[in-house]
Amino acid sequence: MLQRYSVHLILLTLGGLITYMAYEELLGLYTLSVMMFMGVNIILSSSLNLVNGYMGEFSCGHAGFMCVGAYVSSLLGVWLFAKDKVFGAPLLDPEYAIYAFPLLILIGGVAAALAGLLVAVPSYKTRGDYLAIITIAANYIIISTIENIGVIGGSRGFMGMKRVISSMEDIAELPWMPIWVFIFTVACVWVLRRYVSSTFGKGVSAICQDEVAAEIMSVNTNKIKTITFMLSSGLAGIGGGLFAYIIGYVNPGSFTILKSTEVLVMVYLGGMGSLSGSVMSAMLFTVLLEVMRPLGILKWVVIPLMLVIMMQFRPEGIMGRRELGDIFPRLKRFYRFK
Amino acid sequence: MAMTQTDSDKAPVLEIRNLTQRFGGLTAVSDFNVSLRKNDLSGLIGPNGAGKTTIFNLVSGFYQPSEGEILVAGCPTAGLKPHKVTALGVARTFQNIRLWNDMTVLDNIRVAQHYRLGYGFFHSVARSKHYMQRETEIAREAAELLEVFDLQRYADELPGNLPYGTQRKLEIARALSVHPQLLLLDEPAAGLNSSDIQELIRLVRWIHNKFDVCIWMIEHHMDVMMELCTQIKVIDFGQTIAEGTPDKVRNDPAVMTAYLGDDVI
Repeated sequence: MLQRYSVHLILLTLGGLITYMAYEELLGLYTLSVMMFMGVNIILSSSLNLVNGYMGEFSCGHAGFMCVGAYVSSLLGVWLFAKDKVFGAPLLDPEYAIYAFPLLILIGGVAAALAGLLVAVPSYKTRGDYLAIITIAANYIIISTIENIGVIGGSRGFMGMKRVISSMEDIAELPWMPIWVFIFTVACVWVLRRYVSSTFGKGVSAICQDEVAAEIMSVNTNKIKTITFMLSSGLAGIGGGLFAYIIGYVNPGSFTILKSTEVLVMVYLGGMGSLSGSVMSAMLFTVLLEVMRPLGILKWVVIPLMLVIMMQFRPEGIMGRRELGDIFPRLKRFYRFK
Repeated sequence: MAMTQTDSDKAPVLEIRNLTQRFGGLTAVSDFNVSLRKNDLSGLIGPNGAGKTTIFNLVSGFYQPSEGEILVAGCPTAGLKPHKVTALGVARTFQNIRLWNDMTVLDNIRVAQHYRLGYGFFHSVARSKHYMQRETEIAREAAELLEVFDLQRYADELPGNLPYGTQRKLEIARALSVHPQLLLLDEPAAGLNSSDIQELIRLVRWIHNKFDVCIWMIEHHMDVMMELCTQIKVIDFGQTIAEGTPDKVRNDPAVMTAYLGDDVI
């Protein structure tokens, strides 16, 4: 019993606690936003780990898909539920925003998943370094496209998402953003965990370890690659959508290759092919960035330096292809996460 | 696809007609013909670079033939991707062992069941009843197969930790886990020591009897071929130069020339 439901219980408690503390304003706005970014970073790093860790490809355009999700869900939300100088009056009654919000984020995810085809289709014939170049190209294609659409602000960016959130808060005075970030983060890790632990999803590792053997042993490698890339970029899109609504402003400049690199660092810090590693390193990395804030721009010297040291002494990352339960087998008695 | 029992019995398991494969200016295989029936245990030999593995790659769908056709149980394989050919009932092993080394032995067998999983991405994420049922069945059948091959004690080991001969055995077991009608063995004795080779001969013969499968193998160890095969084809530079029983092939002057050169005779 305990083993079966302990994870549910812990997550419910944690979610409830965060909601309560946010509602009672026990957490400062700053702490709360750091926690929300933590959630977004968890989504980003664990979804990138699916491609870079489990499938063994090197995607460095993750921020591009994040950008698609961010823009699609923001534009849709503002168009439908907020008064805006581009779109004019809201299309629907803003009070529906409260129900439609998760849908907006999901649609952003679906759009990003479709953008993921930009990488998935070339991956049939290309792999390794060459595919990595394609992912960089995909990142640039997405950013440049958005920069050149003047109607939605181009490189100046787009805002108005706060109005959607505030119309949600008008209906029910709850800390909506922390709640949704928490739910989506948990859902994202859960989906990934279930995917990679199924026989179907183990096809991903089979492709990583020996693609020829995978194809000959009846794994439809193209199908698995498509699903994996689309899932990874779709989840990045969900992360992007949440990111946009947390800040209330998006511009293409925040989704450049630098952001992709940041996610890569999180994945490698946590360990390739380890979901728990990705989750931990995303949390650690977010905190690290905040702790080093006083250093100003110097933190971009210190953090890469730490990465260099890390690669020297523990190249496999914190967890290195293992999950929490593999390192502490006794823990398995107390939880089951599937 | 739905064939009656009598049909599939009548049609050869593998029929290759006028198969030719060119890579640029090089003709790797030219005008190759073969017909294998249900209980055949047949061999393919030839000097290095003769085109043996190319033929296997053509049969398993890695290359599309330049000319000619390949029929598996009466079904043409032209245009099919390798995983589809496997689903038709062709399994193979490789010259150099290609197991998934970061996956447990049991998972190696489980992942090979992709062709008949019967569920997709959404079932796996939703953990539907159907999914749970299929996963249980597949895990059970994989464990049973390991038991048949006496590998069950390695189920949770990584293949890389097993002795070389056992890895070979596992690779063959994995190939058989797709319930093939035709098993292609590409140099199964490569890298084995003499006692492992005796073991392999026993294994192949046992598989042939137990699994009711047609086996076609490439091998350089002549004693293995002589011992196992009823029919052998010899190719050199893509051309078929001899065929027949092991004894006939062994004494064929064309074969000697191909292997040893002109001067010897």
